[in-house]
Amino acid sequence: MALDKIGIAKRIAQELNDGWYVNLGIGIPTLVANYVPAGIQVEFQSENGILGMGPFPFDGEEDADLINAGKQTVTLLDGASLFDSAMSFAMIRGQHVQLTVLGAMEVAENGDIANWKIPGKMVKGMGGAMDLVASAENIIVAMMHTNKKGESKILKRCSLPLTGVGCVKKIVTNLAVLEVTPEGFKLIERAPGVSVEEIQNATEGTLIVDGEIPEMKID
Amino acid sequence: MINKVVNNVQEALEGVEDGMTFMLGGFGLCGIPENSITELVRKKVKDLTCISNNAGVDDFGLGLLLHQRQIKKMVSSYVGENDEFERQMLSGELEVELIPQGTLAERCRAAGAGIPAFYTPAGYGTEVAEGKETREFDGKMYVLEKAFKPDFAFVKAWKGDTAGNLIFKGTARNFNPMMAMAGKITVAEVEELVPAGELDPNEIHTPGIFVQRIFEGKDYEKRIEQRTVRPKN
Repeated sequence: MALDKIGIAKRIAQELNDGWYVNLGIGIPTLVANYVPAGIQVEFQSENGILGMGPFPFDGEEDADLINAGKQTVTLLDGASLFDSAMSFAMIRGQHVQLTVLGAMEVAENGDIANWKIPGKMVKGMGGAMDLVASAENIIVAMMHTNKKGESKILKRCSLPLTGVGCVKKIVTNLAVLEVTPEGFKLIERAPGVSVEEIQNATEGTLIVDGEIPEMKID
Repeated sequence: MINKVVNNVQEALEGVEDGMTFMLGGFGLCGIPENSITELVRKKVKDLTCISNNAGVDDFGLGLLLHQRQIKKMVSSYVGENDEFERQMLSGELEVELIPQGTLAERCRAAGAGIPAFYTPAGYGTEVAEGKETREFDGKMYVLEKAFKPDFAFVKAWKGDTAGNLIFKGTARNFNPMMAMAGKITVAEVEELVPAGELDPNEIHTPGIFVQRIFEGKDYEKRIEQRTVRPKN
């Protein structure tokens, strides 16, 4: 069965390494913070100026002066720090943040990503996404494999205005884990009960299937 | 001590004219100069270019200026929370320059730091880089981005003193310190204004040299855009 958003977040959480600073984008990526594996210490960076971001506040304890990049009220953990936006993006462009997880409308087999604009229809802006994808050593894209019409979002080439070029390394969708390689999308894992054929049918870009493809292990 | 105090918001905004370029601090509705925005709405200055990370919401923050059609051009990184903004942009009434958030922050900082331009990797290969110089350093491509040139910067701090020193709180700091550096005239409104000497010099975020006018603001609403909480048990 295809994963839901929580399943995608759980699978991405398995990619976290001890000691990493991690920036989570809005949407599915935010959920990753709830599933950090036991025994691993990571710190979450919010690009509006927090390191060591904690969970949502208890009801009644919310503070208008303490929000995350999605404008949601949050808390600080012990050891947290606060800083301005120039400092925040110095951390990001300076590659002090080890992992960026973000959503996408389209990803292409050359590692291009599009997630900020649909010409003539929707223009919300890129926020910090262009800085993040241009700089991060590790970028994981969290997304549904297809759009609401059932069309693939895993493409040969992006059709929407780009957020970054040649930057995506790994993609976790409701159907599969894919790695971006010079030859195309390499299928690494299947969602539980999802066949290689189903993944192939939902993938417009070149899919490389090498040998037996294991199922994801999700608790 | 050089005294930076003005009596009220009206005095703080003296010299503001149609067609000017303003910077306004804040991320979402967090740390926005509420009093200065209210006064800009009252003054009805128009044809403004506003540099601010976001454009407020429909009935608060910069949304109030948009509603009165006072803004000619917005320079922002994310504008998703404002329907009127999206409508004016898609219909072509409003000129919009969307730029990456880190580039926005650095263009503010550069403006205040005497750096005319800088190279950043953000936006290379995208429409953000169109018409801009690009250059390779150590095998990676970068885009040349220029410092802003604002007439006024409007910032909001938690505490300030009569010398113009500022301390911010929580994530209300965001763009305020860099914008304070950048303004030809920087107007700082603070929740609490204290005599010089009361703030610990070790804890000042923005030194008073960057602030031309300071006043204690009134009636802060500090609206929360996305109130997210968890139950107590």
